[in-house]
Amino acid sequence: MLLSFLLILSIALLGISAYGIVSSRRPQGSRRVYAATFAVCALFLLLASGYLAVRPQALSLTLPLGLPWLGMHFRLDALSAFFLVVVNLGGAVASWFALGYGQHERAPERVLPFYPAFLAGMNLVLLADDAFSFLFAWEFMSLGSWALVMAHHRDSANARAGYLYLVMACFGTLALLLAFGLLAGPDGGYNFAAMRAQPMTPGLSALVLALALMGAGSKAGLVPLHVWLPLAHPAAPSHVSALMSGVMTKVAVYGFIRIVFDLLGEPVLWWWGGVVLAVGGVTAVLGVLYALMQHDLKRLLAYHTVENIGIIFIGLGLALAFQANLMYFNAALALTAALFHVLNHSVFKSLLFLGTGAVLAATGERDMERLGGLIHPMPWTALAFLIGSAAISALPPLNGFVSEWLTFQAILISPELPQWFLKFLVPAVGALLALSAALAAACFVKAFGITFLGRPRSPVAAQARETDRYALTAMFVLAGLCLAAGVLPGLVVDGLAPVVGLLNGGARLTSQHSQPWLTLVPVGPLKSSYNGFLLLLFMVLSAVAAAWLIHRFASDTTRRGPAWDCGFPETSPMTQYTAGSFAQPIRRVFGSIVFQARERVTMPPPGDQKAARFEVELHDPIWERLYQPLADAVIALSTRFNYLQYLTIRHYLSLVFGALVLLLLGMVIWR
Amino acid sequence: MALIDYLVQGCQMALVLLLAPLLTGWVRWVKARLLRRRGPSPLQPYRDLFKLLRKDVILADSASWLFRIAPYLIFAALWVAASLAPTFAGGLPFSWTADLIAIVALLGTARFFLALAGLDVGTSFGGIGSSREMMIASLAEPAMLMMVFTLSLLAGTTELSAVAHFMMTAHVGLRMSLGLSLMALVMVAIAENARIPVDNPATHLELTMVHEAMVLEYSGRHLALIELGAALKLVLYLSLLGCIFAPWGMAMAGAGLNAYLIGVAVYVAKLSAGGVLLALFETSIAKMRVFRVDQFLGAALMLGLLGALLLFVSRSL
Repeated sequence: MLLSFLLILSIALLGISAYGIVSSRRPQGSRRVYAATFAVCALFLLLASGYLAVRPQALSLTLPLGLPWLGMHFRLDALSAFFLVVVNLGGAVASWFALGYGQHERAPERVLPFYPAFLAGMNLVLLADDAFSFLFAWEFMSLGSWALVMAHHRDSANARAGYLYLVMACFGTLALLLAFGLLAGPDGGYNFAAMRAQPMTPGLSALVLALALMGAGSKAGLVPLHVWLPLAHPAAPSHVSALMSGVMTKVAVYGFIRIVFDLLGEPVLWWWGGVVLAVGGVTAVLGVLYALMQHDLKRLLAYHTVENIGIIFIGLGLALAFQANLMYFNAALALTAALFHVLNHSVFKSLLFLGTGAVLAATGERDMERLGGLIHPMPWTALAFLIGSAAISALPPLNGFVSEWLTFQAILISPELPQWFLKFLVPAVGALLALSAALAAACFVKAFGITFLGRPRSPVAAQARETDRYALTAMFVLAGLCLAAGVLPGLVVDGLAPVVGLLNGGARLTSQHSQPWLTLVPVGPLKSSYNGFLLLLFMVLSAVAAAWLIHRFASDTTRRGPAWDCGFPETSPMTQYTAGSFAQPIRRVFGSIVFQARERVTMPPPGDQKAARFEVELHDPIWERLYQPLADAVIALSTRFNYLQYLTIRHYLSLVFGALVLLLLGMVIWR
Repeated sequence: MALIDYLVQGCQMALVLLLAPLLTGWVRWVKARLLRRRGPSPLQPYRDLFKLLRKDVILADSASWLFRIAPYLIFAALWVAASLAPTFAGGLPFSWTADLIAIVALLGTARFFLALAGLDVGTSFGGIGSSREMMIASLAEPAMLMMVFTLSLLAGTTELSAVAHFMMTAHVGLRMSLGLSLMALVMVAIAENARIPVDNPATHLELTMVHEAMVLEYSGRHLALIELGAALKLVLYLSLLGCIFAPWGMAMAGAGLNAYLIGVAVYVAKLSAGGVLLALFETSIAKMRVFRVDQFLGAALMLGLLGALLLFVSRSL
C-alpha cells in the first residue's frame, strides 16, 4: 500500500516533468512546477520518515512491466527509506528555494522538464529491487542530470563538462551492469532476492566489489574517478547543483551499500575493507587540497563533495573490515558514522550550494576574486552560509563534527583488528582524516571570508541586494537542521539504528535517547561521550554572560573610524587578500608535492614602466598522469583505424566474412 | 556529594579565568629576567585588561556584525574548553560533555572565527594573519589528534578525566609512544599559542606576525576578550600537559577538602614551572621563517603518528 503510493508519487514527478514541457513559456509555469515538485517531495519525505520511525517489515511489489520474464520489482526497507529521506529532504528544500530562484533562469524550457524527472529517477533507484529497474532508474537519473548540466550549453566549458560527464556516467553504468551480471550468476537471477541467495566464490565477490567501487564510485566522485564532478556540478543551475552534489552522490553511496553490504552478503576477505579505506582516505585529502586551489565558489564546493565522499567511504571501509573479522558491534559504529555523514553532508552541502545560488543571483559572479563584502548587503544569506561553512568544517556544536567524531571513535577501536596490514593502514587513514578536517576549516575560512567578508572587489559585489524570502527560508531550514543534528545527535543515531541493523546482521549501537542529558555514548560510558547540547548551552551562557557583564559594568560605547592597518590603510580594495593569496601558504606546503606548484615572480628592471608579474603553475596529477594518456591512446587508436571508414563494399564484406570465420574458429577451440 | 562536584567544576571555571592573565604575565616576567631586564610585574596583564575594558571600541568602517560577535564566541569557546580539561581535580561532573577530540575541535571553532575576523575588515595584514594561521593549524590539529589517538589507545578512553585517572593509577611506566606524543604535544602547544619560534607574541613587525596580525583591528573590550582568550588557551595547553604527563597531586572525585587544596597548590606550581620552561625555551631559540614552520609542525605530526603506530603494533611500546 505504502510502496504503491510512493511509486505513484514518483510517477507524479514524471507527470510534473511533462507539465514542465508545456508550461515553461508561461509566466507562472516555473513557479507551478517547483511548487508541485516541492509538494510531492515533502509528501515523500513525510512517508519515508514515518516508515523509518515505526520500523515495520520490508514491503515489496512486482509490476508486469519491463523485461517480460523479469517484471519490475520494487522494495522498501529501512536502507531505502533512509536514503529516501535524504533525497527528498534535499529535493523539497531545493524546490522551495527555486520558487524564487527559478525566476532568474534564462532558459526555463531547458530546466523545468528535466528537474522533476531527475528527482523521480533518484527515488526510483532507491525503490528498485531488480537489476533492470535499478539500472533503468540509474540511467534515468544520469541522463536527467546530464540534461540539466547542459542547460546553458552555449558556454563551451559547460559543453565540455557535459561530454565528460556522459563518458564517465557510461563507464559507471557499465561497471554496475557487469557487477549485476556477476551477482546474477549463470542462471540469470536478476531480481535482488535471487542475488542475495546466490552463493559467490571469494574471487568473484572481490570482482563484484571492485566493479561496485568503480560504478558507484564514479558517480559519487571517488579519486581517481572524480574528474567529471567538479566540472559538471557547477555547470547546472544552483538548486540543481545542490541536488547533484548533496543528493545524487548519496544515491551512488546507496548503490555501493546495497550491492556490497546487502546483495553480496557477509564479507569474507578482510582486505576489501582495506582497499575501500585506502581509497576513502586518499579521496578525502586530495578532494580538500583540490578545493583549496579553486577560486570559483561552486567548483570549490564540488571538490569538497569529493572530500566528504572520502570520509563516508572511510566509515564504510572500516565497517567492511570489522564485519570480515566478525566484530559486528564495531562495524555498527563505523556504519553509523558513515550514514550520519551521508545525512550531514546532504544537508550542509545543499545549504552551501543554495547560498552560492543566492550570491550568483545577486551578483552574477561565482569567481571569489570578484566578490567580497557581501555580508553587508546580504546579512541573512551570510549567516546561513556561515553556519553551513562551520558545519562542513567539523566544528562543534554543529552536525559535521558529530559524524567525524564517530568516525574517529570507530578508528580508535580498530587496534582489535588482527591483520597487520590494517593495523598500519588504519592509523594512517586516521591521520589523513584529521588532515582533511583541518584543511577543510582552512578551505571554508577562505570560501566564506573572501566571498562575504572584507570590502567588495567589483562593482557588482558592491551593488548586491539580499535574496528573496523563499531562498532564505530554504537556507535557514537547512541551517536549523545542521544545528539540530549537531545538538541532538543521539536522536539521529537512534533513527539510523534500524538501517545499521539491516546491514550488519542485526547488530546496532545501543539506544541513545535514554542517556542522561541526551549524551552521545557510542561505545561505553567510560570510553567516550559527547554532548552537543550542553556544549552549546555552555558556550551561549558564557558568551552572553561576558557580553552582559562587560556592557553593564565596563564600556558599551562604539565609535566608527577608518581601518588601522598598522597606520597605513590602503584605500583600494585590490590590496586585500584574495582567494589565491589566502591559499598561498597551503599551496606552498602541500601543493608543491601534490600539484607540483611553482610560483614565478617577474620584476621589471628599475626604471621600466612594465607591471611586475606573478605566475602560479599547477598540475593536476590525476588528469595528467591518468586521463590524458588514456585520451591520447584512444585518439591515436582511432586515427590509426580511421581508414576503415573509407573502404569499398567489397572490403567491408570481406571484413565481415573474416570476423565470422574468426568467431567460428574461436567457438570450435572453446568447445 | 553531587553538590561538591558541581562546586569543584565552578571553582575550576573561575580558577582558569583568574589564573590565565597571571600565567601570561608570569611568562613575560621570567622572560624579561632572563634577558636581564626588570620587566613589568606579573600582574600587568590584569591592569591591561581592565584598561582595555573601560575604553571605547573603535570599529573600522568596513567591519560587519561578525567582527563584533567574534570576540564573544572565541572567548566562550576557549573558556569552555579550558574549563572542561581537568586542572586540580579529576572526575568533574561535566567532563563527559566533551572528550579530548571535542576539546581540540572547540579550539578549532575559536580559531575559525578568529581567522574570519581577521579577514573581515579587508586589510592586507588581517589576511596575512588568517592565511598563515590556517596553514599552521592545518598541520597542528592533525598532530594534536594523533597525540589523542596514542592516549586513547593506552588509556582506552578519550575522556580527559578518565585519562588522567588512568595515568595516575595504572602502572604506565616509561613508554616510547608517550615520549613521542609528549614531544608532539609540546610542539603543537608552542605553535598554537603563537610562541617563538613559530610566532612572536611581542612583535608588531609586519612580516613576522601571525596572531597579532589577525587581531590588529580590534580595540577596547573586544581586544580584551581576545587577549583573555589567548591567555586561557595557554592555560589550557599547560593543564593538558599537566594532567596527562604529570598528573601527580590531582584530587580525585570525592576527596576531602585538604586534597582539593593540595590539588590547587600543586596545579599552580605546575603552571609556574611550565611558564618558566616556556620562557627558557623562548629565550634560547630564534624565530623561524614562516615557511619553515611547516617542517617544524610536519615533524610534530610524524612524531604523533609514529607514537600511534607503535601502539597499533604493540600495546607494550
